[in-house]
Amino acid sequence: MENILEVKNIEKYYGNKSNLTKAIDNISFNVGSGEFIGIMGASGSGKTTLLNCISTIDRVTAGRIIINGKDITKLKGNNLNKFRREELGFIFQDFNLLDTLTCYENIALALTIQKVNVHEIDERVRDVAKKLDIREILNKYPYQVSGGQKQRVASARAIVTNPKLVLADEPTGALDSKSAKQLLETFEALNVKMKATLIMVTHDPFSASYASRILFIKDGKIFNELRKGNDTRKQFFEKIIEVQTLLGGELGDVI
Amino acid sequence: MLFKLSMKNVQKSFKDYAIYFITLVLGVAIFYLFNSLDSQEAMLKVSASTKEIIKLMINMLSFLSAFVAVILGLLIVYANNFLIKRRKKEFGIYMTLGMGRRQISKIILLETIFIGVISLIIGLVVGVFGSQFMSIFVGKLFKADMSEFEFVFSKGACIKTCIYFAIMYIAVIFFNAITISRYKLINLLTAIRKNEEVKIKNPILCIIVFLISAVILGYCYYKVTLGITTLNKAEKILPIILMGIISTILVFWSLSGFILKLVQMRKKTYFNGTNIFVLRQINNKINTTVISMSVICLMLFVTITILSTALSLRNSMESAMKEMTPADLNLYKTANLPESETRYGKEVVYSEEAREDSKRSVGESMIDCGFDMSKLKGTVELSIYSIDELNIGVALGEEVMQEAKAKYPMWVYTAPEPIVKISEYNKIAKLYGIEEYSLAENEYIMLCDYDMIQEIRNKSLSLGVKLNINGKEYTPKYKECKAGFVQMNVSHVNTGIILVPDSCDLKEEQREQWFLAANYNADTEEGKEEIEDNFSDSRGSELMKTFKERHILIDGVSKISLIESSLGLTTIILFIGIYLGIIFLIASSAILALKQLTESSDNKQRYVILRKIGCDEKMINSALFKQIGIFFMMPLLLAIIHSIFGIQFGVGVMEALATKEELIPSAVITVIVISIVYGMYFLATYYGSKNIIKEE
Repeated sequence: MENILEVKNIEKYYGNKSNLTKAIDNISFNVGSGEFIGIMGASGSGKTTLLNCISTIDRVTAGRIIINGKDITKLKGNNLNKFRREELGFIFQDFNLLDTLTCYENIALALTIQKVNVHEIDERVRDVAKKLDIREILNKYPYQVSGGQKQRVASARAIVTNPKLVLADEPTGALDSKSAKQLLETFEALNVKMKATLIMVTHDPFSASYASRILFIKDGKIFNELRKGNDTRKQFFEKIIEVQTLLGGELGDVI
Repeated sequence: MLFKLSMKNVQKSFKDYAIYFITLVLGVAIFYLFNSLDSQEAMLKVSASTKEIIKLMINMLSFLSAFVAVILGLLIVYANNFLIKRRKKEFGIYMTLGMGRRQISKIILLETIFIGVISLIIGLVVGVFGSQFMSIFVGKLFKADMSEFEFVFSKGACIKTCIYFAIMYIAVIFFNAITISRYKLINLLTAIRKNEEVKIKNPILCIIVFLISAVILGYCYYKVTLGITTLNKAEKILPIILMGIISTILVFWSLSGFILKLVQMRKKTYFNGTNIFVLRQINNKINTTVISMSVICLMLFVTITILSTALSLRNSMESAMKEMTPADLNLYKTANLPESETRYGKEVVYSEEAREDSKRSVGESMIDCGFDMSKLKGTVELSIYSIDELNIGVALGEEVMQEAKAKYPMWVYTAPEPIVKISEYNKIAKLYGIEEYSLAENEYIMLCDYDMIQEIRNKSLSLGVKLNINGKEYTPKYKECKAGFVQMNVSHVNTGIILVPDSCDLKEEQREQWFLAANYNADTEEGKEEIEDNFSDSRGSELMKTFKERHILIDGVSKISLIESSLGLTTIILFIGIYLGIIFLIASSAILALKQLTESSDNKQRYVILRKIGCDEKMINSALFKQIGIFFMMPLLLAIIHSIFGIQFGVGVMEALATKEELIPSAVITVIVISIVYGMYFLATYYGSKNIIKEE
């Protein structure tokens, strides 16, 4: 399996010499094509910083991040924007849909800023809408549809550009459990049917159980790694809970 | 501590303050400029009558300044309100830190004073330097001698500006205190606007409304230009204005939806870059700002119309005046004065001397009073006769007179018609450089250049009304009135003069008026002015004194006095026009700019999303630029279309005073002024918005 993402010894420091915070402290891992990775950790553990560094929104202090054979830590300015536009797809907790645009236009916008041909835009939007089952709401505005539908529209926007890597930051955070389940099933479908590579940051064990591999982060380091392998989701979920209990704090902390 | 905080705040949010600051500086500068005219007048060497006119103008402008101060005051309060709203969160933090409302008010007070003092100083500096250019402009308008240029500073205007603006700042402080006292902490901290429900209008309804309002506007345009003759009463104009206002509002109500639908049909444009976003953004915004857009559009319309008509009125007045005053001097006196007569309902008794003098020509009286006639050149004298029986009614003929009486009851139909012999008239026509005429033994010509009366007279001339002068019949040579006049005037007001052959048997006692026309025998403006002084009462001229002593009742007009008085009036109109025009312009641009900035800060989140989905800064900036550009252009474009017709209406109302060709230079100047002020606000808005969406 070819590696889509290689993270090599990255570090990220905040602050100055006298008051240094290590948000990421020497993390390395690889993600293969078609994998569905979950990243878990408590708030402040550095998981969002890690995602921001991978998504080129933030810059690493040291180390290298290679996406699809390209070292993104060396990209600058417009190349960086171009890379982000063309190779990555994003899904956010609060959907980040433009409320003035219809759902169709929200999805199309991701293509128009890449200057895709008009006819192709229509074809691709309709195609992705079919796969995510949002065809009926394409002409509605975001405020007219439910949270789950909004997140599916956001997912459609993220994958319509055929990105090498889809990054999701707490995608189920603002959804009720039913919508969350639907969305996660959608992700599973994306991963399996469309062979999309997904990285999802979450603190919810249930959401994480949909992933094929989970990285646990604590204090800026990889604390544990869990592979689903041939487990059922229920078994996997229980394993996650176990690790989380461990992660919650060493016994010494309590005393 | 509070002082330090205030200073830091102003420095920090300087870009937010830019528009507020520009408005204050411009306001102060304009205010000073138009109130400092009195000190500029001192340096102008102009005639006494011009001085009077400038005084009148200064009085009117200072009266207007009160009105302008109210507009500026409202504008400043509005602009300040915007700034306070933008800082809700900051105040919230102060409050959570335990600062009382009083202390927050104090911080704002200090800030207001700080900004106020700086803008006042800068505004005054701009105003003082601007007023130097202004005096050159004023000097040129009044044709003053500008050889001695000196730097002028008006202490009065400076103090006045300071007082007026101090009052405005106090109002601002007062309003701020009210705003702050109403704030609740929870609202301050959660002041970030949430995505709101978007109201979408039915696109088909938009298209229908747009078409309807376009038709109404078209009708209004037609009415004020081609159909102008039907608008002869003031109350008929009112519905047109109302229709114009309503259709303007409807245009803005429907325009964005209309355009959106139009562009959506051109998929290639719609699905290109950030166009979807820009168009939706405008569509969404205009929905919430229909009224303010309409007000701004109408304000701009008034500005453009006032500025360009005022400027062109002045220009055309000047050239019209040159045409209407072909000679330097007209003098006249009544011939054959009776012992007494009733004039304007009053009994007037003439002295023996006056009656004796009325038997002599104007020239003879002047020579007799010791006037050196070589000061004049090309002197022409003529007599105007009148016969009691030959009055206007008779000259019109019974039929036409009845018709005219119904239409113009105010005209005195029993007034005798003035009669001039053709050879005498030709001499004066030669001096004036206007058309000369010839007549056969039994013909007459009617000279008239007053449009309305010309029309009536043409009717009777086409019927060939015969005139009986001392027993002899005369027939009209032409079937219409001919152009021409004897006495100079500021516009075409000759209501009728009958030209008769020299052989016409006019009696001595039928002589009504002695008339003299001449040019001054001087080559330079100064030389002419010197001769002019001989005929001016106020300059203590010897000739005038002698006339008075000897009861000689000579009256007259001169080219210089005619031009001065009428140019003076148009100049006053011009100044008021420019003053109000610029203030309106500042007001509308500032409101537009502030609206736009408010939108930008409310919509900050949308730009964050754009950035997140991969738009680079260049794309975002161009989207922002397009959006603000369209927002600024829309009211301006409609205002320009409005004013193309509005100006034509203005020209139509002023009739002969302004021509379309003369509008072009003034329209160009107007465009320059508007682009400078409007452009400045546009740029300030663009950079301000860029700064707002960049945050985080």
